Amino acid sequence: MTIRDRSAVRVRHSRPDVLGVIGELLVTAGVFVFLFLGWQLWLNDLIVGGEQREEAIALSRELGSSAIPATPVAPGTDFGDPVISPVAADTALFANIYVPRFGADYVRTIAEGVHASRVLTTGAGHYPETQMPGEVGNFAIAAHRTTWGAPFNKIGELQVGDKIYVQTAEGWYTYLFRSLEYVPPTGVGVLEPVPQQVGVASTDRLITLTSCNPLLSAAERIIAYGLFDSWRPRSAGPPAEIAALAQGEV
Amino acid sequence: MYAALWRALPGPTWLRVILALLIVTAVLAACLFFVFPWINSFVSVTDVTVER
Repeated sequence: MTIRDRSAVRVRHSRPDVLGVIGELLVTAGVFVFLFLGWQLWLNDLIVGGEQREEAIALSRELGSSAIPATPVAPGTDFGDPVISPVAADTALFANIYVPRFGADYVRTIAEGVHASRVLTTGAGHYPETQMPGEVGNFAIAAHRTTWGAPFNKIGELQVGDKIYVQTAEGWYTYLFRSLEYVPPTGVGVLEPVPQQVGVASTDRLITLTSCNPLLSAAERIIAYGLFDSWRPRSAGPPAEIAALAQGEV
Repeated sequence: MYAALWRALPGPTWLRVILALLIVTAVLAACLFFVFPWINSFVSVTDVTVER
């Protein structure tokens, strides 16, 4: 190596390559943004979703899912009109929702109210102006479709007749999914006892799930309606399909 | 920048590789447990409710 070559090498090392550093910083920033998105939209949803599930199973025990009748209830037993639980205090967890279509181990809590920071971070939230589970009218709840555990991530995959189970301290309410609707963010008509019809007396018992649409956007709302199918008191034990899950065995 | 960091690491190449991996792991862990949750608290929540 000649003297001239060596000094050239030294110059290259001692003078900071400004453009090179800027380039490396930009690449680093790009990687950082993608890592953040991966964390926010996937990894953190898995972690938070798991925590929400644990919380729901604990609530399920609190609500009395371990009450199993000595002699199993015959399928199709009619327990008459559902008993309606009293309205819960603001932000209090009062119910669980089970949707087998969302996963065999899917259960999330339902709290009173739809505050973004105090309720919707824990699972689903109940619109206070709407009815309670099993009540004639509309039991309407909201939850995130992405981020914060994404409880309603698969809301768009529901198929007609899919079971939606709701558990309260009174017992178990089974709804059957009926239809999807897409509305603007101001589409409060979906919360009416008869959705989209103001001031009409209801005779049906409905469940309404609201979330954001399209995925990752809040431009619209996706609405899932379900129709009441049956109810069983707590003493009759959980419905067979979700019995193991409700007792924390899944 | 990264070339300078690499030169700043002591020892033979195998030791530098191990140290570099350790540093990358530490930075990733700091991001996951501290930086990302902190940034997330500033990111506006997507609305899921219908409101008047």
